[in-house]
Amino acid sequence: MCAATNPVAGRDGLAVLDAEEIRRALTRIAHEILERTHGGDEVILLGIPTRGVPLARRLAARIGEFEGLKVPCGSLDVTMHRDDLRLHPARALGRTDLPPGGVDGKTVVLVDDVLYSGRTVRAALDALNDLGRPRAVQLAVLVDRGHRELPIRADYVGKNLPTSQREVVHVLLAEVDAQDSVTISDDGRQP
Amino acid sequence: MKRHLISAADLSRADALLILDTAEELAGLADRPIKKLPTLRGRTVVNLFYEDSTRTRISFEAAAKRLSADVINFSAKGSSVAKGESLKDTALTLEAMGADAVVIRHGASGAAHRLAGWVRGSVLNAGDGTHEHPTQALLDAFTIRRRLTGQGGTGGREAPPCAGGPGGASPRVGTARGAGLDGLRVTIVGDVLHSRVARSNVLLLSTLGAEVTLAAPPTLLPHAVGSWPCAVSYDLDSELPKSDVVMMLRVQQERMTAAYFPSVREYSRRYGLDVARMARLPEHAIVMHPGPMNRGVEIAAEVADSVRSTIVEQVANGVTTRMAVLYLLLGGTEFPATEFPAVTR
Repeated sequence: MCAATNPVAGRDGLAVLDAEEIRRALTRIAHEILERTHGGDEVILLGIPTRGVPLARRLAARIGEFEGLKVPCGSLDVTMHRDDLRLHPARALGRTDLPPGGVDGKTVVLVDDVLYSGRTVRAALDALNDLGRPRAVQLAVLVDRGHRELPIRADYVGKNLPTSQREVVHVLLAEVDAQDSVTISDDGRQP
Repeated sequence: MKRHLISAADLSRADALLILDTAEELAGLADRPIKKLPTLRGRTVVNLFYEDSTRTRISFEAAAKRLSADVINFSAKGSSVAKGESLKDTALTLEAMGADAVVIRHGASGAAHRLAGWVRGSVLNAGDGTHEHPTQALLDAFTIRRRLTGQGGTGGREAPPCAGGPGGASPRVGTARGAGLDGLRVTIVGDVLHSRVARSNVLLLSTLGAEVTLAAPPTLLPHAVGSWPCAVSYDLDSELPKSDVVMMLRVQQERMTAAYFPSVREYSRRYGLDVARMARLPEHAIVMHPGPMNRGVEIAAEVADSVRSTIVEQVANGVTTRMAVLYLLLGGTEFPATEFPAVTR
């Protein structure tokens, strides 16, 4: 990525996925989930706030279209389990919403927008541990940008995006940001 | 947020809403198999209680424990205070033991404020004399919001996120998040003069946009009540039909050093909430009491046990709200060293 040398890209971020490509990536992930879980029985999708939640809803809707199967979905806030709480002022909490029936014995697919250090996912695994005992836990992300700091990998990836650590990946989703796009920029400024 | 919580007046509307929204998210914890979060692991909270208290101390203790903090309970009875140790020396002892937060209840107004100048940790006022009791006001505001803004609590949890529709501008569907108490009419009844609960509630509820009226005999109103952000009435009956919330205050026998009213019976007749008075409230109105109640004095037993009463709910919400306060004061990075008060010895 040569975002720094391109003034337009530096300000606006370089487009990585547009709305159409996000849609296709989610469609593929939905199919993969169905395939890997042998039809999606006993599967729960849990989105990690903020943007994992609408992604989980979209995946559930997609699976519903393909198989006529109603996959329960919810949200899992990981703030209280983060390992970097003491590095920032206390942050506002997101919502944890479990589908009726809980997670016991289910295959839980965690859904997030970007997989980076893996620390959020570690916190999510801890948070999940307090909610019950799933049969298995899998991870779906829209973008995997590398630079893992923990032994964690995603089971379903929308796009593998090689990045440098200076760069910032922005995921915008219509439910939260009024548009669908994934961009990368060099400086951390919002596109 | 400031470092300490000493007065409800320290809270801006944004601060208060952050606490209520955090409490809203923490409320779900009570339904889970493991009612514990690791967030305050390794932090120490000292409960420093110079006055008798059951619910407030237990509530703070439960809140701190659910966040995995270590809790040290200190009550003045049977401690070095009985041997004549001053508040300051006790504070320096706690300081030396490394308390990250001190929850203080004291009979003297301003004790929490003084303590904040002596310790490095956060000070949470759990009632100082007849001055303030800010966490009670927060839990009351939380209870009112859950009951009367009609979206929080169970309503929010029942709506499965899958069925949440397109989501629209807000990613959260069906929560009271961010909502104030704008336009709600709250009548606080009884011994305002001796009540730290009343003062904190007037300040906080008006910050959140509610219209507060105090209904009390003139002898039980403070002199400076004219400068408070609320209205004053001596006639409870005329206030009831327009109240969304009625908050009954305890008649504090232990602080009644003068003849504030002729007899308990006469007080009860004019300012007690009985079944007949409750019937004059609007359909949706709720009845609150900070506890402990004097059944038959300020509130009739039938009223206290009615569906309008939120008294038990207030206790449950107390733990949740105090967890939110402890998390917001202690959960993040420590406050910068420049904000530490000078510890004078």
